[in-house]
Amino acid sequence: MILATLIIAGSLVMILWTITAKGIRSLNWDMISKAPEGGFYIGKGGGLLNAIIGSLYITIGSTLLGLLISIPVVLYINIYARKDSSLATVTRFTFDVLFGIPSIVYGAFGFTIMVYFGLRASLLAGIITVTLVIIPILARAMDEVIRRTPEELSDATYSLGATRWETSKVFLRQSLPGIMTAVLLSSGRAIGDAASVLFTAGYTDSIPTSLSQPAATLPLAIFFQLSSPIQEVQNRAYAAALILTVIVLVISLGAKYFSKKLSKNKI
Amino acid sequence: MTFEAPHIRVKDLNVYIGHNHILKNISLDIPDKKITSFIGPSGCGKTTLLKTFNRLLDRNKDVKVDGQVLVDGEDIYGSQVEVTGMRRKMGLLSQRPFPLPMSIYDNIAYGPRIHGLRKKKELNQSVEHYLRATGLWEEVKGRLNSPATSLSIGQQQRLCLARGLAVEPEIILGDEPTSALDPLSTQRIEELFLQLSDKYTIVLVTHILRQARRVSDYIVFIYMGEIIEFGPTEELLLNPKQKLTQEYVKGYIS
Repeated sequence: MILATLIIAGSLVMILWTITAKGIRSLNWDMISKAPEGGFYIGKGGGLLNAIIGSLYITIGSTLLGLLISIPVVLYINIYARKDSSLATVTRFTFDVLFGIPSIVYGAFGFTIMVYFGLRASLLAGIITVTLVIIPILARAMDEVIRRTPEELSDATYSLGATRWETSKVFLRQSLPGIMTAVLLSSGRAIGDAASVLFTAGYTDSIPTSLSQPAATLPLAIFFQLSSPIQEVQNRAYAAALILTVIVLVISLGAKYFSKKLSKNKI
Repeated sequence: MTFEAPHIRVKDLNVYIGHNHILKNISLDIPDKKITSFIGPSGCGKTTLLKTFNRLLDRNKDVKVDGQVLVDGEDIYGSQVEVTGMRRKMGLLSQRPFPLPMSIYDNIAYGPRIHGLRKKKELNQSVEHYLRATGLWEEVKGRLNSPATSLSIGQQQRLCLARGLAVEPEIILGDEPTSALDPLSTQRIEELFLQLSDKYTIVLVTHILRQARRVSDYIVFIYMGEIIEFGPTEELLLNPKQKLTQEYVKGYIS
């Protein structure tokens, strides 16, 4: 057990060490404040602002869209449908299957649909595809939390004459910390996923100003820069990885902080 | 026993869960503004019977309810019944207190709010009134915005009672409401029930015979899903007519 723990902790330290050691030299203010400028392939000068902004847009957009779709589903199978109805079982099974599908398949699926409608790679297409990737994560994580809420809570609200919608709101309040965890899990996936945005969001050196423009993302920035034969560009990939890690860290800490605040009234 | 104007009248009630016949041919009159206790061994169906009164069983798959439950003469299993409005007539107190995940104030204000009361002043009055009615006001008036879970478990149960009273029910249903409480909190709840029985019809499920004796006016003894005996408290406990009741009261069946 100690060994297993050490292996886990050790790999985290090694990953952090590698990206920090290699990336910190290339990391400067320009990296996070400027879009790429000339030189070599995908930038010698300038920075990664395009990818940072693109990644944030996609993560925030897909998480919001994902919540918008998965919350009603989760409420439906837990509160509106009868307990352990076959619909709920089928829905849960569907999410489990979708959960296991590799994101490149979602990317290819999104791409097929875009080709069918004759659309170009765009921020919107990226957001929609990433939303499809994270919905199973969001929905399953929230489902577990809401399912674990004691039945007596709904007995209590129903006895007060609450409707199912009013009961749902109480359940959401009770589950807020769990929903935060679900959001954390899914946004981690959304910001780090390269395969689903490869065909759908595309890549560009400029910062997207509308949903129909293509958008760069950090994982793809890492991928493209790391595949460059030039050492300097490779080092910039590590700097990008470092930025990505810091963003994920900030999201985790933020989620933790809010989840603590939100669990104040939890029963 | 039958009453002239019972608050709840159960007629030929049969409840099935899956293939199990949980309640068998129940016919029962619950008198108005009295405390009626259901006693019986675990698993005899007393909680199920209580839950048929406000249709909380309906949400489960495989539950089938046959027969009638008339509240104020209206069949609550009839097709015309608006379930949420009907449930509002009955406050429920469960085995363990389940405060809503919000502050003390919001717990009491929740019911009036969902039924359309928005005025701050009236809400304040209502919260104070029901906290006083359950003897909590003096204990919590300085921390109405604290989470309800910061209260002791006995206080939480009184909070749940106050929350139920705030929607102005006619009937209070208690499902072993003191089973998680210490003796002192139990005593407070029992005293509250006695006070409240002037205004409310109270139905309690309990497995504590002494409690049934202390608080109730009438006792219903249920065994294996059937009503064995129903009568005034002292009569049923001290001079039971049925053999099963005699054995249960003496402690042979548990």
